[in-house]
Amino acid sequence: MLKIEDLHVKIGDKEVIKGLNLHIQEGETFILFGPNGSGKTSLLMTLMGFSNYDVTQGKITFKGEDITYAPIYERARLGIGMSFQRPPTIHGLKTRHLVKMCGNGSDVDVEMLAQRVNMENFLDRDINSGFSGGEIKRSELLQLMAQNPSLLLFDEPESGVDLENMHLIGKMARTLLDGEIKPSIDLSMKEQKMKKSTSTCGLIITHTGHILDYINADRGQVLFNGHLCCEARPRDILEHIRKYGYKECVKCLN
Amino acid sequence: MKKVDLKDFKFEGLEHAVIEDLTSIEADEKEQLIMAGVDVDSKDVSATFMQVDHSNVHCGTNDKDVEVMDIKKALEKYDGLPEYYFNLIDKEKDEFTRNAAANLHGGYFVRTKKGAKIEKPVQSCLFLKAENSGQNIHNIVVVEENSELHIITGCAAAHEKFSGGHFGLSEIYVKKGGKLTFTMVHNWGENTVVRPSTMGVVEEGGTLINNYVLMKRVKDLKSYPTIFLNGDGAVARFNSVLVAPEGSYIDTGTRIIQNASDTKAETISRTITTGGTIISRGHIQGNNIPARGHIECQGLILGGGRIHAVPELEATVEGVELSHEAAVGKIAQEEIEYLMARGMDEDEATSTIVRGFLNVDIMGLPEKLQKEIDKQIEELDASDAM
Repeated sequence: MLKIEDLHVKIGDKEVIKGLNLHIQEGETFILFGPNGSGKTSLLMTLMGFSNYDVTQGKITFKGEDITYAPIYERARLGIGMSFQRPPTIHGLKTRHLVKMCGNGSDVDVEMLAQRVNMENFLDRDINSGFSGGEIKRSELLQLMAQNPSLLLFDEPESGVDLENMHLIGKMARTLLDGEIKPSIDLSMKEQKMKKSTSTCGLIITHTGHILDYINADRGQVLFNGHLCCEARPRDILEHIRKYGYKECVKCLN
Repeated sequence: MKKVDLKDFKFEGLEHAVIEDLTSIEADEKEQLIMAGVDVDSKDVSATFMQVDHSNVHCGTNDKDVEVMDIKKALEKYDGLPEYYFNLIDKEKDEFTRNAAANLHGGYFVRTKKGAKIEKPVQSCLFLKAENSGQNIHNIVVVEENSELHIITGCAAAHEKFSGGHFGLSEIYVKKGGKLTFTMVHNWGENTVVRPSTMGVVEEGGTLINNYVLMKRVKDLKSYPTIFLNGDGAVARFNSVLVAPEGSYIDTGTRIIQNASDTKAETISRTITTGGTIISRGHIQGNNIPARGHIECQGLILGGGRIHAVPELEATVEGVELSHEAAVGKIAQEEIEYLMARGMDEDEATSTIVRGFLNVDIMGLPEKLQKEIDKQIEELDASDAM
């Protein structure tokens, strides 16, 4: 589904990704670990196609298409969806309106989706205006549910979120990854089941690993100083980092 | 800006016959009217008033609780309206006012009955049709005690290339407990000069909400309404949405004077230039306590042009609370990319942000007008300015 080959990325003069290779298969969920400043967020931003992240070498292929230099919206329309860490407030743009637009032409039952993430009361508020950490995460998930991506990029699902919200966010992240039925007014449950897709894959950044309590993570790796290393089962990596810190990774790289 | 010379306009002889049935108006003129907020086909109004150049061509009401008539007739009927006519505006204020006072062409007199809540809006249209027409207007609005009224007043010129001048005086009286929503939509031509002069008084517990929308090119527009909050608990709120394409010169603002206690004054303006000049003023003066006032000016420069925000706060007694917030700039790249990550292309993302920025939704405009404004935003967008 997603193939990254020898990727080099610069922000300004500084190289932040230094020859990264990664392959994520259909339906697979990949967990990215790494200390602050190791380039995790930069990788996600590059995959989404944001300006300021200059690909200087390498190739990104998604669903067989070379998207290395594709504009952001083309990637989104191809099926890449991202949950933002600190999304901007857009005054005068109601959450309801944005969620509708996320459907990209398909009929979205905004109310029903909002209920699933406790966001009914936010639909008529300006997007992200005065939202708390947990509310931002829920709003991002709400938009992603409408978008229904086939690759989910999730930057630190746990940050700024209390335990109760974590439970909801974890459950919804799983729903998205499992490709669980998107609620639709036009289809019966049976029809929905027939349409059910399990091809959604995920690339998730986590520091604390709380998200692992909710989702089925298949593989994990540590990003350190722009390089990927230490491929293992996510829980094992987490355990290892807890015990020894990221210092071990440096040894491993050397 | 070049000085306006009254000799450039025709102030005599542009009379028009009465139009009984407004639906008979030509299609392209109807179009111009809709953009000015006037829907001649609509049944959802309590009254319609229309002035073309120097004549009142239509005046019809279907709500007995609101009186709508030609100002000239009202002056005759009510012995010159001494309580209202030139009671707020000084006849000698400037040459435009003197000229309008000496040679009045028309305008509307609107008055509610005490305690009446007029559900459907009164729509009025001041239309420039003959080339180089100079139109002198005097409007008087009286909202009697505990009554409510919404006026949608559209000012338009016959076509986009039109040359002419509109000189309008308006005096607004909101009495005890009354509520007036006054929505003004301007749709002038490229060579139109506009010099309105508006003054209003809000008495105890009264509310004045003023919405102003100007999206089309206008050569030279200068307006600075002044509202006095003279009764305890009086409220005035001004929302303006201004767009200045290349060739537009707009100098507009609002002055609210808080003379009584427990008064609230708020002015919010959203301005966009795509090549024209906007001077966005605001002045709140607090002369009594408690009084609260806030000015918000937000401006976007898209492609070119000039925005000059001039918020002024003036307090003359201890305890007045006034604030302002002004920002002029561009659309944040971060916001555009956020929306692009949801599948919108750059143009869609930009127009979505601009629509939110202009935020005309809060004005509660009729659907047709709202749609028309949305269309205009799309057009803005399609131009190279963005």
